Amino acid sequence: MSTRVGVVTFPGSLDDGDAARAVRVAGGDAVGLWHADPDLHGVDAVVLPGGFSYGDYLRGGAIARFAPVMETIAAAAREGLPVLGICNGFQILCEAHILPGALIRNQHMHFRARDQRLRIEAVQPVWTNAFTDSQDVVIPIKHGEGRYVADERTLDELEANGQIVARYVGGNPNGAQRDIAAISNAAGNVVGMMPHPEHAVDALTGPSTDGLGFFTSMLKFLAGAPADQGAS
Amino acid sequence: MARVVVDVMLKPEILDPQGQAVASALPRLGVNDVTSVRIGRRIEIEFAGEPDLDRAREIADKLLANPVIEDFTVRVDTTGSDSRESQPAEAPA
Repeated sequence: MSTRVGVVTFPGSLDDGDAARAVRVAGGDAVGLWHADPDLHGVDAVVLPGGFSYGDYLRGGAIARFAPVMETIAAAAREGLPVLGICNGFQILCEAHILPGALIRNQHMHFRARDQRLRIEAVQPVWTNAFTDSQDVVIPIKHGEGRYVADERTLDELEANGQIVARYVGGNPNGAQRDIAAISNAAGNVVGMMPHPEHAVDALTGPSTDGLGFFTSMLKFLAGAPADQGAS
Repeated sequence: MARVVVDVMLKPEILDPQGQAVASALPRLGVNDVTSVRIGRRIEIEFAGEPDLDRAREIADKLLANPVIEDFTVRVDTTGSDSRESQPAEAPA
């Protein structure tokens, strides 16, 4: 039986279609979840896609956090459900305090859309087991409010616990503190990232297929394969 | 009408590039003595009954402000809605 991965659609989600496609390309079953429906329909993992949920009114992710589906996802995430928040999904996870810190307007005020080099800083069992430590990948970014901020103590904790999943290399596109592009929660089952791995799963449309690794990592984790390198 | 005003501001240590952009436009107006501009948000909440500052504080803490990056203040609007509406900022065209 193939793994069921939920992709949430909020009013204003844009990348739910691409996220579902990335799940399928990686070999999973994509299951559409609706913001107003608290039922997760038995999915084994959840992707919160990019976009502008609720028009980004108030702050990006501030209102989506209170969507009925998010209440269920927040509770399930605390119990270990794999959750990947991409771009607006990352903002939602921070607003919901499932991940620490916040994402604010880019330091230079410009929207940035470009293929971005990242360094995978933490090879974790759930979302990044397909990568090698310090591997460079190229994944598109597209955001106006992607500057990751947190207080120094939180940043130090993230560093010490290996929760910084990826950093920008070759230029920080938004002024994020410590070049942070992606972080996880302490347990590692929840990852938030500004870059869009779902846009880098097919050589025809993406700059690379590096993004696929996040999805295949999760599927491999759920299939019960050993999380260490070269296990397949 | 029981109106509570919530002011939300980025914490002092959080960079406000929007405010900086406004500050850097001021010299074009001939204003050269402004050292800093910071932009926040004013939210007006109307309660059906008496203004409830505790509930307003809870609303601000949970939704209107993100305590990771923002501070807020709440106060009962004593100017009253009538006086406000009788003084439009701009005359209708």
